[in-house]
Amino acid sequence: MSEPIIELNNLKKYFAINNGVLAKNSYVKAVDDVTLTVNKGEIMGLVGESGSGKTTLARVILNLTKPTDSHVTFDGVNLSKATRKEMKKFRTEVAVVFQDPASNLNPRDTVMGSITRPLILHGMSKKEADKKALEALEQVKMDSRYLNSYPHQLSGGQLQRIAIARALVLDPKVMILDEPTSALDISVQAQILNLLLDLQENLGLTYLVITHDLNVIRYISDRIAVMYLGKLVELGTTEEVIDNPKHPYTMGLMAASPILNPHERNREKHLMQGDPGSLINLPTGCHFHPRCPYATERCKKEVPKDIIFPDGHQVNCFLYDEKNKTTSEYTG
Amino acid sequence: MNDSPLKEFLSSCYKNVNFMIGFIIVLSIIILAIFADQIAPYGYDEAHPQDILVGPSSQYLFGTDNMGRDLFSRIVYGTRITLKVALIGAGLELILGVTIGLICGYFGGFWDRALTFIADMTWCIPGMIMALAVVTIIGSGLTNAIIAIALVGWASYARMVRAKTMSIKNQAFIETGISFGESSPSIMFRYILPNIIPVLIVTISMELPGIVMSTTTLSFLGVGSQPPSPDWGLMVSEGINFISRGPWLCIFPGLALIYTVFGFNVLGEGLRDLLDPRMKSQ
Amino acid sequence: MNEELLKLNKLCVDYKVKGGYLSAVKNVSFSINKGEIFAIVGESGCGKSTIAHSILHLLPEHNEVIKGNIYFKGSDINQFTEKQLEGIRGRDIGMIFQNPLDSLNPVYTTGFQVAEGIMLDNVSKIDAWNRVVQLFKDVKMPDAEKRAESYPHELSGGMRQRVMIAMMLARMPELLIADEPTTALDVTIEAQILNIIKELRDKHNTAVMLITHNFGLVAEVADMVAVMYAGEVVEQGTVYDIFDNPKHPYTTLLMKALPRKTKKEGRLQTIGGSVPRLTENKPGCRFENRCPYAMDVCKNQDPAEYNVTDSHTYSCHLGKEVK
Repeated sequence: MSEPIIELNNLKKYFAINNGVLAKNSYVKAVDDVTLTVNKGEIMGLVGESGSGKTTLARVILNLTKPTDSHVTFDGVNLSKATRKEMKKFRTEVAVVFQDPASNLNPRDTVMGSITRPLILHGMSKKEADKKALEALEQVKMDSRYLNSYPHQLSGGQLQRIAIARALVLDPKVMILDEPTSALDISVQAQILNLLLDLQENLGLTYLVITHDLNVIRYISDRIAVMYLGKLVELGTTEEVIDNPKHPYTMGLMAASPILNPHERNREKHLMQGDPGSLINLPTGCHFHPRCPYATERCKKEVPKDIIFPDGHQVNCFLYDEKNKTTSEYTG
Repeated sequence: MNDSPLKEFLSSCYKNVNFMIGFIIVLSIIILAIFADQIAPYGYDEAHPQDILVGPSSQYLFGTDNMGRDLFSRIVYGTRITLKVALIGAGLELILGVTIGLICGYFGGFWDRALTFIADMTWCIPGMIMALAVVTIIGSGLTNAIIAIALVGWASYARMVRAKTMSIKNQAFIETGISFGESSPSIMFRYILPNIIPVLIVTISMELPGIVMSTTTLSFLGVGSQPPSPDWGLMVSEGINFISRGPWLCIFPGLALIYTVFGFNVLGEGLRDLLDPRMKSQ
Repeated sequence: MNEELLKLNKLCVDYKVKGGYLSAVKNVSFSINKGEIFAIVGESGCGKSTIAHSILHLLPEHNEVIKGNIYFKGSDINQFTEKQLEGIRGRDIGMIFQNPLDSLNPVYTTGFQVAEGIMLDNVSKIDAWNRVVQLFKDVKMPDAEKRAESYPHELSGGMRQRVMIAMMLARMPELLIADEPTTALDVTIEAQILNIIKELRDKHNTAVMLITHNFGLVAEVADMVAVMYAGEVVEQGTVYDIFDNPKHPYTTLLMKALPRKTKKEGRLQTIGGSVPRLTENKPGCRFENRCPYAMDVCKNQDPAEYNVTDSHTYSCHLGKEVK
């Protein structure tokens, strides 16, 4: 049985918008009622369009911002109640790499300075830290002659390797990768994806990979979680979600995503209409109903509950409400 | 290929006309201040009762004043006061402005609103009037005049630092730093401040002429340096009484002031071009 | 049927840089037929945008030297005066860019900006406005009437790109140059915009020159593909030629670098090394330093072009031997 490392139960993160002195505050529900467990040693892919709340979810997990309701449990520790010591340990066990290679590193610090900083901060001597930094650079297959370079002297792929090396130096258990290859060219993207997979296998890491690119997520992840306007709409193994999507939004996303094979171009596509919508004026009921081809009156009024199929495939949609009853009767 | 950034920077400094002119002027003032004892033929308060109000000559290069003091020597010694004003004034403004700006920009919230309000208030009152008020409260004298000017001038630094901090704090490397355990002071001074320094240097050199001018004005009005100090503002103010008999008493300190302010100004413009190419293109 | 609309013949674009020239585009030749979607695909810095902008002489730096010929319906655009170019821009050749916000004027309504283009052809105000609303409906703009009165900042990225397409449609050009038209958009919006472009081709037989780094888009919509590397077209052919039967080592490797599988089926192909500096204008294949099949001849001799079929060509010294 796989062991959970990140557990979220009905996690919420709302941002208040000030509507003036007299008006009532309204809220941006960036993460709304998300329940998700990431297991040790797996690669969890988090897919969603802009404004789906996927980056906010990552920031909450990293404890860069406090959840509005509920808490993040990391390796059995409730981060909202963590002691100073537990928090310090957490900081060494989770690392992050963001999308933009250019802003991932302090422009005023050398490669060496950036990589050794986490080590020195956590009490390692300069000499040991330098040694460890060299090892980390080797792990990401970077030449040590770049040690004294500044970020502006390096290419996007090199910067992303250094960001990964810095993430690795503290021997983390979990790495959160926010669009790690979106800003890179295909040949460089392939290098970084391979590197990430090698590291994960050799070091037994757990990844939470956030991206909007379905081709990348299908290649790299074991399980996929799909977010839409702050809600987790579908969760399942990569094969299940890609080959047998259940939520209408996931289906629409699959249809819209370009397939890297011209022979597939004439496949039947049900393109979603409308824009992804905004977190400020959220629709009532199911957030997806204005774009959903299967929407009923019920979808406009009620918020659907998560339905879990016997194989663990989870979907947040009324379409499977009755079906699920019959299946559970069937299996029960 | 591996030209060090410093070497690259120095070579572009060399090509910037504004920077070089400003640099030479400011350097000349610094040299005058350091070697004042060697350069000045007389002491700044050395009176020659037999040579009162003598015009410029080979013995007294810029003439003498009503007490027979050599004007050239006084102007040379005056550079020390000017530099002291520039250094302490800018330093005080810098410490106040940077600390407040960083705290406001980084933490936001209540303190940000409170301090921004105070900064806005200082901008509403004409600077010279407020400086006069401050000097009236804490007393006359050069040091107090500098403090008064700094209390009036910190707001522009604070605004600039606050705006910069707010734009930098959302960059990925800051969040990454927090994610591996950096504390807030460390984020502010190790991550954000170094990225503001180029703009800060530009702001300082642009503000320096203003500080020198304001302090000189306070001395001219009699609430800054007190006699027999060779403060240029004080010298102009004393010379006004003898303007018809010895116009050089006002002309030479005035020229010295123009020379200095001009030097700081073009140096500032040169630095702006060198350190912040984005501002140049606007 | 295969009526040639645009033909580039040995197009070279050099930028003047400190101490010499940077050869951004070198000896590029291809032709686009009416009603064809022609994709130019390549990684960043390969010169694909430079080609698009040099066709209408819209390069921003004004320090470029354009050599070779650009034939549009048989006449060489490179010999045109600025006045003749203005006649072509918008009317015969339309362009849409990656970031529509940069191309729209923030102080006028979107409808007015589209109507302006229509009124250039002596159309009355009312007729022009009606036409704008119709165009907005054609590009599937939700609430077309209302959106025509909106300012650019009030619209989402997808809607802005629709305005750009409507603006372009207003003059009904024969060739549309689309430079990374969907890069800034979400995938579901991207699919909608691609559909509009495809419809445009199907209804009006418009030719489209699609410039992109996204092989997914190419696989979805392109008829013909030119693969660029370091300023040169290394291979061109039908979309099936390129995806099913790539010949040039760069294309071959790139096809294997695409994440088309899952990790269980193995690692992706990578290409070592980096793009050479384009300031040293020496002969030889520009992919030589990264090519696993590089030979001595690649270092000092420009490769010749080989035909696989009538439509499928590639430039490599390996000739017909690559598998």
